[in-house]
Amino acid sequence: MEVNPSNTTDSVNRLMQEFAKLPGIGPKSAQRLTYYLLRTQKEQVMALAEAIMSLKNSTRLCSCCYNIADSELCPICRNDKRDKTSICVVEQPQDILALEHSGIYKGLYHVLHGAISPTDGIGINDIKIEELIGRLKDSEISEVILATNPTLEGEQTAMYLNKMIIPLGIRVTRLARGLPFGTELEYADDITLTRALEGRQELK
Amino acid sequence: MSEPRDYKTEAIVIKKTRLGEADRILTLYTPHLGKIQAVAKGVRQPKSKMSGHLELLTYSMVSLARGKNLATVTGSQTINGFLGIKDDLELTSYALYIIELVNQFTEDGIEDYPLFKMLVDVLEKLSTEKNRELVLRYFEVQLLDNLGYRPQLKQCVSCRMRLKPLINQFCPGAGGMLCPACGKNGSFSYQLSVNGLKVFRLLQDGDYNTISRLKMPKELAMELERLIRAYIKYLLEKDIKSLAWLETLKRCL
Repeated sequence: MEVNPSNTTDSVNRLMQEFAKLPGIGPKSAQRLTYYLLRTQKEQVMALAEAIMSLKNSTRLCSCCYNIADSELCPICRNDKRDKTSICVVEQPQDILALEHSGIYKGLYHVLHGAISPTDGIGINDIKIEELIGRLKDSEISEVILATNPTLEGEQTAMYLNKMIIPLGIRVTRLARGLPFGTELEYADDITLTRALEGRQELK
Repeated sequence: MSEPRDYKTEAIVIKKTRLGEADRILTLYTPHLGKIQAVAKGVRQPKSKMSGHLELLTYSMVSLARGKNLATVTGSQTINGFLGIKDDLELTSYALYIIELVNQFTEDGIEDYPLFKMLVDVLEKLSTEKNRELVLRYFEVQLLDNLGYRPQLKQCVSCRMRLKPLINQFCPGAGGMLCPACGKNGSFSYQLSVNGLKVFRLLQDGDYNTISRLKMPKELAMELERLIRAYIKYLLEKDIKSLAWLETLKRCL
């Protein structure tokens, strides 16, 4: 649906167009959000505007792990209680949220900001691989956990990192790949089943 | 007669792009429908039943439902997951290069059964054959042949004389060989040694079993690789993206 700009107010138009650029928001949703904000109290709208501004103004990438941070180091790198001898390598900052939510991992992270994807032209210089290797040299790290996605790109990235890190004499592990919780065996694909069988464990 | 709403086909996944929150658009190469695109819903969530059967480089039986625009994948079952390829960094990279080639050289919806056979065949060979580079070369040459870009290797494309056993020139723009005399005229070309030309002809005509017994010196392999890639680049008028990665990999391994 095309909005006719001459029939609506300029500032309303502008906001609608901005909303429509967001992922998952079409013209109708943009319209609904805009008119909702028009009717909302001023304080609430200002709070939203302020939150959006500060998102860009006061965040940066952590200089150590490239997670989203509000100062030089991210909260995880700053935390003295975390185990400084292991690094968990993930593709994107959201993956840290998922891992942290489980609460089981107590070490440090490294965000690659992508995965090697030759057909999209993404190579080792487009993601933070150099930086990871730099972090590992002359450090107290004893284990690197590769937690890239179990997709073809993620697997490829993990295999490449493995090749690069092993000469440094650091233990490299990969997140287990097997059956997801709450699913049914009959739908599992060959690769998942093969890996699940290879990685089977005795019940404790 | 209108086409059925639901249909089933064998397919190899040759490309995937993200769509929305958890979906993907897949490019599939099929035996009788050629290259098709389809939406796979929810395959980026861990609980998806289909995701493992629809990863890149997977040969599956796929059920599709025709849509207004794109078809939707309703079910899938792996026929061959090419696990041997996916467990090996180098092989994965080669295979990605192969599917990028197929994707770049084909148009949607044009049936090409021989090409489908070639694709299955090369992926199977990659995980079993020792000389991986040669498998790749053979595929490249056979692919060009199949697409109608068979280079002229028997005679000079300019003066039509039979080529003599000398160092001749391969000219991508002219689609074949130039004899030393015609090669002087300045059009962009590559030198090709006598042995190089022989192997090139074998790749074009011979069956794989004969070629697999060849012992190729490294320089000869490099010569052919450079030349065939230049020809492919000339035909596509752009770079194959995964080549950059193959180069990186070669340096670090």
